[in-house]
Amino acid sequence: MLTKRIIPCLDIKDGKTVKGINFINLRDAGDPVELGARYAELGADELVFLDIAATLERRKTLTELVKRIARDINIPFTVGGGIDSASAVEDLLNSGADKITINSSAVKNPGLIDELAVRFGSQCVVLSIDAKRINGVEKVFTNGGRNESEKFLLLWAKEAVERGAGEILLTSMDADGTKNGFAVVTTRTLSEILPVPVVASGGAGKEEHFFDVLTKGKADAALAASVFHFGEIKIPELKKFLKNKGVPVRI
Amino acid sequence: MKIVIIKYNAGNVFSVASALRRLGYDSIISRDAKAIKQADKIIFPGVGEASGAMSFLRETGLDILIPKLEKPFLGICLGLQLLCQYSEEGNAECLGIFDQKAKLFPPGNKIPHMGWNEIKHNGGKLFTGLTDKPFVYFVHSYYAGLSEFTIAETDYILPFSSALRKDNFYALQFHPEKSGKTGEQILKNFIELI
Repeated sequence: MLTKRIIPCLDIKDGKTVKGINFINLRDAGDPVELGARYAELGADELVFLDIAATLERRKTLTELVKRIARDINIPFTVGGGIDSASAVEDLLNSGADKITINSSAVKNPGLIDELAVRFGSQCVVLSIDAKRINGVEKVFTNGGRNESEKFLLLWAKEAVERGAGEILLTSMDADGTKNGFAVVTTRTLSEILPVPVVASGGAGKEEHFFDVLTKGKADAALAASVFHFGEIKIPELKKFLKNKGVPVRI
Repeated sequence: MKIVIIKYNAGNVFSVASALRRLGYDSIISRDAKAIKQADKIIFPGVGEASGAMSFLRETGLDILIPKLEKPFLGICLGLQLLCQYSEEGNAECLGIFDQKAKLFPPGNKIPHMGWNEIKHNGGKLFTGLTDKPFVYFVHSYYAGLSEFTIAETDYILPFSSALRKDNFYALQFHPEKSGKTGEQILKNFIELI
């Protein structure tokens, strides 16, 4: 049976992880490669690396980092942050990234999704959407959640999949940082209307939240950052918890 | 031990080479006929689209060379589908090692089949040291059905071949280079036992 995926997300700046890491037995807690390898050993199913300060000059640093990750880590990983062209994607895929994720650049230029899907295949094109409820409807935000776009969540997600996105990474800005749980209803709606996998992000605070979004929320995967980095939720225990409650997970 | 990873326009060659490196093996990434013929082990990875990949193999003559190879040969993901007779993806005539078709998954669940799923294998050499139903990582929309060549099967929407074998030709629908320790063990078995 296909299992539900648990995905830690690592924020990167200048080749280093930026969020505080309260982790065990790490030589260099700021080294994304070592941290990623540790998560892989603990049973993470995939990793996401987001370059939060990505610029053209820094793309080379990111490419080098991606090569190091691919050399050391034996599970799939996605790279994102400031990707706005097919050439940037080509560099990252050739350096060993399995998938790339785009967000603001796709809102600005939706044709980028088509171009990437045709050139590299839908399976490696992940569309990230930051959504926030405004006057009762879910709107799409760009630039790290700073700018409200014209787009509505469900319409945008459907359009993106028709254009060739192979997976949707949904971050609920209303839930993000609250530790009160994922946006279960929104995730479920999205997952039910889309023919591709949906990854839920934002709001993880305890193990039950993962259970809720992977069952009631019908998410194919759940992503979190700080609860893993600070050791508040440990992946092996989380997976045991999910398995005991009947959720198919890889242990 | 000379290992060649065939480089064509549809491969995630760096990840495969990195996985071999972690096992202590160097590999050559090449599409040169001479290098491929001299190899002790040949790996044929693939991420991409079948008809485009086949066009490239025809332009480079690899479509003639590959079926004649006698050394252990391992197709991965698209590599498995290209070793079939035909793929529905772009209506591609393929290499014809396995007399069967690669078909698009029927409706019934999300496509691509993406993530970790179990394989039920035949206990052959390629799977030495593994549990009965280990987890491996899949990303694919097309599949080869069960056949006389099936050496491992997986269930998603329907049961399909997660690994095939005919003589020296082995093929995996999943990505051993991304399948953690299980995947590394399978690659190690291919290099050391086959």
